[in-house]
Amino acid sequence: MNFTHTEERQLFKDSVARLIADTYTLDARNKAAETDLGFSAEKWAQFAELGAIGALFSEDDGGFGGAPFDVTVLFEELGRGLVNEPFLATAILGGGLIAELGNTDQKAVIEEIIAGTKQFAFAHGEPKSRYDASHVETTAKKSGEGYVLNGAKAIVLNGGAADLLVVSARSSGAAWDEDGLSLFLVPADAAGLSRTAYPSIDGLHAAEIRLDNVTVGADALLGGEGKAWPAVEKVIARANLALASEAIGAMEVARDMTIEYLKTRKQFGVVIGKFQALQHRMATVLLEIEQARSSVINAAGRFDGSRVEREMAVSAAKTLAGKIGRLVAEEAIQMHGGIAMTWEYAVGHFAKRLVMIDHMFGDVDYHVARYVALSKEAA
Amino acid sequence: MDLSFSPEDLAFQAEVRAFLKAELSPALADKVRHNKKLTKEDMVGWHATLNKRGWLAQDWPKQYGGADWTPVQQQIFDDEASMANAPRIIPFGLKMLAPVLMKFGTEEQKAHYLPRILDGTDWWCQGYSEPGAGSDLASLKTRAVRDGDHYVINGQKTWTTLAQYADMIFCLVRTGTEGKPQEGISFILVDMKSPGITVRPIILLEGTHEVNEVFFDNVRVPAENLIGEENKGWTYAKYLLTHERTNIAGVGASKAALAEVKRIAKAETVRGVPLSDDPYFAARVAQVEMELDALSTTNLRVLSSPDAAASAGSISSMLKIKGTEIRQSINDLARRAIGPYAMPFVSEALEEGYNGDPVGPEYALGVAPDYFNNRKISIFGGSNEIQRGIISKMVMGL
Repeated sequence: MNFTHTEERQLFKDSVARLIADTYTLDARNKAAETDLGFSAEKWAQFAELGAIGALFSEDDGGFGGAPFDVTVLFEELGRGLVNEPFLATAILGGGLIAELGNTDQKAVIEEIIAGTKQFAFAHGEPKSRYDASHVETTAKKSGEGYVLNGAKAIVLNGGAADLLVVSARSSGAAWDEDGLSLFLVPADAAGLSRTAYPSIDGLHAAEIRLDNVTVGADALLGGEGKAWPAVEKVIARANLALASEAIGAMEVARDMTIEYLKTRKQFGVVIGKFQALQHRMATVLLEIEQARSSVINAAGRFDGSRVEREMAVSAAKTLAGKIGRLVAEEAIQMHGGIAMTWEYAVGHFAKRLVMIDHMFGDVDYHVARYVALSKEAA
Repeated sequence: MDLSFSPEDLAFQAEVRAFLKAELSPALADKVRHNKKLTKEDMVGWHATLNKRGWLAQDWPKQYGGADWTPVQQQIFDDEASMANAPRIIPFGLKMLAPVLMKFGTEEQKAHYLPRILDGTDWWCQGYSEPGAGSDLASLKTRAVRDGDHYVINGQKTWTTLAQYADMIFCLVRTGTEGKPQEGISFILVDMKSPGITVRPIILLEGTHEVNEVFFDNVRVPAENLIGEENKGWTYAKYLLTHERTNIAGVGASKAALAEVKRIAKAETVRGVPLSDDPYFAARVAQVEMELDALSTTNLRVLSSPDAAASAGSISSMLKIKGTEIRQSINDLARRAIGPYAMPFVSEALEEGYNGDPVGPEYALGVAPDYFNNRKISIFGGSNEIQRGIISKMVMGL
C-alpha cells in the first residue's frame, strides 16, 4: 500500500499549482466570467503550454497521462484556484468521448484540444432529463448516408464557446433507454443549430441549444449507432471524479481561509478562534474533508476495475463531495460572518462553486439512489 | 388546550384574505414568489396600500395611527400575506425605530417622526454594525461629539440594508469611553442628506445590492435628534431586541417557501414521475414540514403567553435559531428540487421588464440566488452563535 504520487505526477501537480498561485487571480477569473467567452483565452493557452490539457489524455491519444490519478491531481489544483477554463467540457467530456469512441480520423482533433486551439462541449442533458444520463429525447433519423438531428439540450457547459459539439441523440428505444443512444460530432455553426449562452451562478458558462433538422454526414457518428451508452456512462464517471477532486481543492482553500479568519478576527476582546463552539465545528470541517479526499482516492484507485466497482466508487465520491462541499461552504460563510456574504471577499465564490458541484452530473440524492441500485447489481 | 383560533381570530383571518385578494396585484405577488427584484416603488406602494387600510403599523397603539393588533392577529396576517406572496413589510421604521420612539422619544419626536413613518415620507435604515463591531456590537467606534447645539459624527456603519433608498438613519454612536463599552453608547437620528454622509454599495456574493457601507465625515446632527439620554443608547437598543418577538421566527415566509418547493416538486419529473413522488425527496420535504409545523405552534405558544415578556430575550433567540435553520433547509430543498437548473444565472431575468430568451423553468430562476442570499439570516441580527450564547446565559445560567 502506498498513498504517495509518483515523482512525475507530483512534479506535474506542483507545476500546475505554481502556475495558478503565481498568475491566476480570483478577480481576473471573475472578470473573465463576465465576458461572452466566459473564461480567459490567454490562461487556456498557458495551461495548454504547461501540458495541463495533455495530462488528461493517454500517450496513445497524443497526451502524456490520462490515468485516473492524473485527473484527480489536476482538478484538485483547478479547484484550489477556482479555475473556470473549460477543462471539464473540452477535455474530459468532449475529448474524453472522442478518445473513447472516435476512429482515427475523428481522433485527429485531440491534438488541437491538447494544444488549446479547439473548444468542445457535450450537448447531452435536456430540459426534462435532470441528472438522468440515459434520458435523451433528441432524435437522430437516418437520412441518406447521414442523419437529421432534432431536439433541445440544456445547460450545456461551454456550449457558447465550443467550436464543436458532441451531441447525444436517440436512434431507437424509449426516452430513457440506455440502448439506442448515438453520439455525433456537430460543428457549432451547423445550419439549424441555435444556442443561447449564459453565465452560471458560480462563474462558469453554459448554453441552451436547439437542434432543428441539423443534418450531419455518416462521418459525424462517434462509435456505433445506438451503442454510445457505455462510453457516455464512463466519461460521465470521469467527469464526476474530476468534480469531486475539484471540490477537494476548493474545500481546502475555504477551510484555510476560515482558519486564518478564526485566528485574526477579534470580537469581545479575543480572536474568535478561542471560542470552543467554533473550534469543534471547525474540527468537524477538517475531518470531513479528509473523508472526501479518501473517497476520491477510492474512486480513482478503482476506476479501471469492473464497471460496477467503478460506478459505485464514483457515486460515493460524488456523494461525499456534495454533502461535505455543502458543509464546508455553509460553515465557511457562517464562521466568517457578514464579510463572507460579499462579492469582494473570496470565500463566497468558493462556496458557490462547492454547492454548484452538487448540481452537476448528479446531486447527493441521485448518487445515493444510484449507489443503492449498483449495490444490487454487485450482489 | 385548544389549538384552534377563536371565532374573532377566524373572522379576522377571513378579512385579511379578502383584503389580500382585492389589493395584492398578481404581478407583484408573482415577483415575490419567484424572488425577482422588487423596485423601491413596489415596496413603497405596498406600504401605502396597507396604510390606506390602517394595517401598516400593526403593533402600534391606535393613538399613533396603528392597528393595535394582538400578537396572534399579527401572526395571522403574516401567515396569510406570506402565503399570498405579498412583499414583506420593511421593518426599519415601523418595527425597529417606532417602538423605541414611543417608549423613549420626546413628544416632539413622536409627533414629528411617527406620522412620517406611516405615510412613507421617511424611509429609515439602521446604523448599528461596524466593520469591527459585528457580533460584538457594543465595541462600536463611530464617535458623536457634542459641539454646541449639535453632535458631530465620525465613523463608519456597515451592512446597512437598503440605505440606498433611505431618507433617515437611526444610529448607535459612541459618546463616552468610560466604564463598560455598553455604557458610552447613544441612540441618535440622522438625516441621510446631511453633508459628510457617503453611501457605498456592498455587492453580495450572488450579485445583488441590498446592503451598504455608510461613512460619516464630520456630520453635524442637531442635538434634539438624540433619543432619551446620552450614553443610554444600549438600553434602548436592547429594549428593541426584546420587544420584537412577532415574526422573528419567519413562520409565514417559511410556509410560503415550502409551498413553493412543493409546487416545484410536482412540476419536476424524473423519468416522467413527479419529484414529489420520489420517496427520498418526499422524506426530506416531510421532515422540514414537521419541524415547521412545530415551530408554528412554538411561535403561537410564545405569542399567546401573557408572561412571555419575562423571558423575552431567550425566547426570541430560540425562535430566531429554529426559524432561520428551517428557512435555510427550505432554501436547500428548493435548490435540490430544481436540479441542474440551479446553475444558470440570468440576473436580468430577475429584473422588471425582461424579455430575453427564457432559460429553464421560471420557478428556477431565483432559487439558487435566494439559497445563497439567505445564508445571511443565521448571521444578521445577532448570529445564531450569539443567540445560543444568550440561551446558555439567560436560561441555563451557564
